Amino acid sequence: MVQSPTINRVMADERAASFTKRSIKTKAKDAGLRLALSMVDLTTLEGKDSPEKVRSLCAKARRPMPDDERVLGERLPHVAAVCVYPAMVPVAAEALEGSGIHVASVATGFPSGQYPLDVRLRDAERAIADGADEIDMVINRGAFLSGRYDAVGEEIASVADVCAAGGPGGRGVHLKVILETGELETYDNVRRASDIAIEHIRDGDFIKTSTGKVSPAATMGVTLVMLEAIRDAWLGSGKRIGMKPAGGIRTAKQSLHYLAMVKETLGDAWLTPELFRFGASSLVDDLLRQIVKRKTGRYAARYDFGVA
Amino acid sequence: MTTFQEQDATHTNGTSAVGPGRSPALEFASAWDYAPTPESAKVEIADRYGHYINGAFVESISGDVFETINPATVETLSVVARGTAEDVDAAVKAARQAQPRWAALPAKERGKYLFRIARRLQERAREFAVLETMDNGKPIKETRDVDIPLAAAHFFYHAGWADKLAYAFGGANPEPVGVCGQIIPWNFPLLMAAWKLAPALACGNTCVLKPAETTPLTALRLAEVFDEIGLPPGVVNIVTGDGEAGAALVEHPGVDKIAFTGSTEVGKKIAAATAGTGKKLTLELGGKSPNIIFEDASIDQAVEGVIAGIYFNQGHVCCAGSRLFVQESIADAVVARIENRLKSLRLGDPLDKNTDIGAINSAQQLGTITRYLDSARDEGLTRHEPNGCALPDKGYWCRPCFFTGVQPSHTIAREEIFGPVLAVQTFRTPEEAITRANNTPYGLAAGVWTDKGSKIFEIAGRLKAGVVWLNCYNRFDPASPFGGYKESGFGREGGLQGLRGYVRL
Repeated sequence: MVQSPTINRVMADERAASFTKRSIKTKAKDAGLRLALSMVDLTTLEGKDSPEKVRSLCAKARRPMPDDERVLGERLPHVAAVCVYPAMVPVAAEALEGSGIHVASVATGFPSGQYPLDVRLRDAERAIADGADEIDMVINRGAFLSGRYDAVGEEIASVADVCAAGGPGGRGVHLKVILETGELETYDNVRRASDIAIEHIRDGDFIKTSTGKVSPAATMGVTLVMLEAIRDAWLGSGKRIGMKPAGGIRTAKQSLHYLAMVKETLGDAWLTPELFRFGASSLVDDLLRQIVKRKTGRYAARYDFGVA
Repeated sequence: MTTFQEQDATHTNGTSAVGPGRSPALEFASAWDYAPTPESAKVEIADRYGHYINGAFVESISGDVFETINPATVETLSVVARGTAEDVDAAVKAARQAQPRWAALPAKERGKYLFRIARRLQERAREFAVLETMDNGKPIKETRDVDIPLAAAHFFYHAGWADKLAYAFGGANPEPVGVCGQIIPWNFPLLMAAWKLAPALACGNTCVLKPAETTPLTALRLAEVFDEIGLPPGVVNIVTGDGEAGAALVEHPGVDKIAFTGSTEVGKKIAAATAGTGKKLTLELGGKSPNIIFEDASIDQAVEGVIAGIYFNQGHVCCAGSRLFVQESIADAVVARIENRLKSLRLGDPLDKNTDIGAINSAQQLGTITRYLDSARDEGLTRHEPNGCALPDKGYWCRPCFFTGVQPSHTIAREEIFGPVLAVQTFRTPEEAITRANNTPYGLAAGVWTDKGSKIFEIAGRLKAGVVWLNCYNRFDPASPFGGYKESGFGREGGLQGLRGYVRL
């Protein structure tokens, strides 16, 4: 089993807070806002989600700001992925066809994971068959909190195998392992769960903080602990694991602080949608507001951007 | 780089998961660099400053002046009066004259003055932060987030004590000492002034403050605050100058108490000069503080503490954690992390909000640091300097570094460098760690890093240091006493204990 270091919460939080003191202005801000936009997993995970809502989301994912060329004189990047429930995967896959935007599906009994393993695996298989090329799985927190770490690892490995088998037509599928850090509570647990997940997933897969259904969701401190686990895996074995904080990141300023933390913890190599994502929905509009403000000097109103 | 475990041929379990040189690296060279963000507040600096005596700015009686420069640019910021014995005499007389009336004020009225000073410091915080950074060379993020807020906090804290002194000493009735001569260093100019002035004033004393020669400007701006809030003339007097003014203050027969923060060398001279004179004395001197990391520590957070401990304020900190003791089993992992962390530090323009490491305060101090770096090289030690920031063309700069292969007898493990230089040593048992940590003439501070509670208290109790930080470092609060053992001085500053230096019981 993995031996994980303990985490001193006070000092970890202090370090995480230090990134909020980084001053990101002018050119760095321009580049950071666009980078953050390209890293968003635009998400809707509600019981009332409809095909029409998912289509709106996909349209926004492709062109976050359709009049960007007129207003800004440039074409903004599309987001990294659209993240939906399995039932909405066919709709998203069709709407995103040919766009290069990934179709991410939560699966494996999201958000609780309180289902038998065979049902959870079938959930992931079905989402992949329907067109998902990213699976956001949840770990078995019951097993983790009762100390059955091996069981947690084996379940992650099973889902990783499903993803490794790929989708129709040999389409590659990446896995994101949601730790649901709000339920793990301690940073020691977060670090241990990160290490277990990293051990069982492949190069290019992700670890992710939260489902968004539990409070607290992503925090700077939790994300730092997970980034350090990723760093140690990289330095130790050369495995390159991505990171996705999800839930609670709503402002452009927050996203820039996260980017500063990634940059100063993992270095420049991780400043790419291949290795860092934001699980968010309202973040996109604030990024657009800031981008427009930088260009025109004026803040856009909420209604200036299409809802998704 | 040779790893610690490779150095020991008898150690067979020498594979380290994160040993440097055998794994993928981290690159901080930056596809996405932070753009310059210079602090935009402009601060008015007069061409010339006199002493602040009896509520007025006055020229030196001798007419002598000296320049104070910005160490990051070597530009002259202002010209300041050079104090002599005559100026000191005038200041002491003013303080003496003001003292009885100040002490006779109702205690809560004295408290109100201190509250006003604290509030005004907060209101003018940005101005003070910029001025401090220009005169000292330290990064604006430190003056903004540490120096100035803590200085205000000291005035707030001691304002609260002013009318509660009768309850502070178990029924004893505290009387003021009288006139206090206070000599402060250049590493935290305004904060040290606050440490000295706030308790003295709360207890009914009057003061003659001698700021450091290279950093007089924020103390003089504090004098403007005294004017603004109507502090009675003579209660605080400020004489700028060099060691001559300091010596005159120490030797002046009208001074009842000397409080000094600075080098052990000068502290010893002051102790000799005041011996037998009846003057009260508190000394806060040098240090060579150990940071001890056990293998069961939270390593990343311990490394943060090490970085903060030695590279904060360019290592110009009396309690800097300049000796690092790492348990051998995790030495490679710790050193690899320090290397990576040093790479990510940003050295440069102190007024840039993203600067982590600013300028060395003076050419003289840079010379001292350089001599220690040379001595370490001559003693055959390995210097690690992973930070790749370009040093600015002008000004005084030292790239943060650390040494491995250090033994307790090496010069850089024994003497205070007062620069961004860390000496890394290893140990195998707690007993060895304690012996090595206490093997120093100093005893100001120490840090202990372990996740095991019982070990924390056992080790902390056996370290001969005035402050022992457990799983943290460089934590300051006005309520917490600070001071040293052995050649780090005597007396405490801050907290209830700090009041003792400013009262007669």
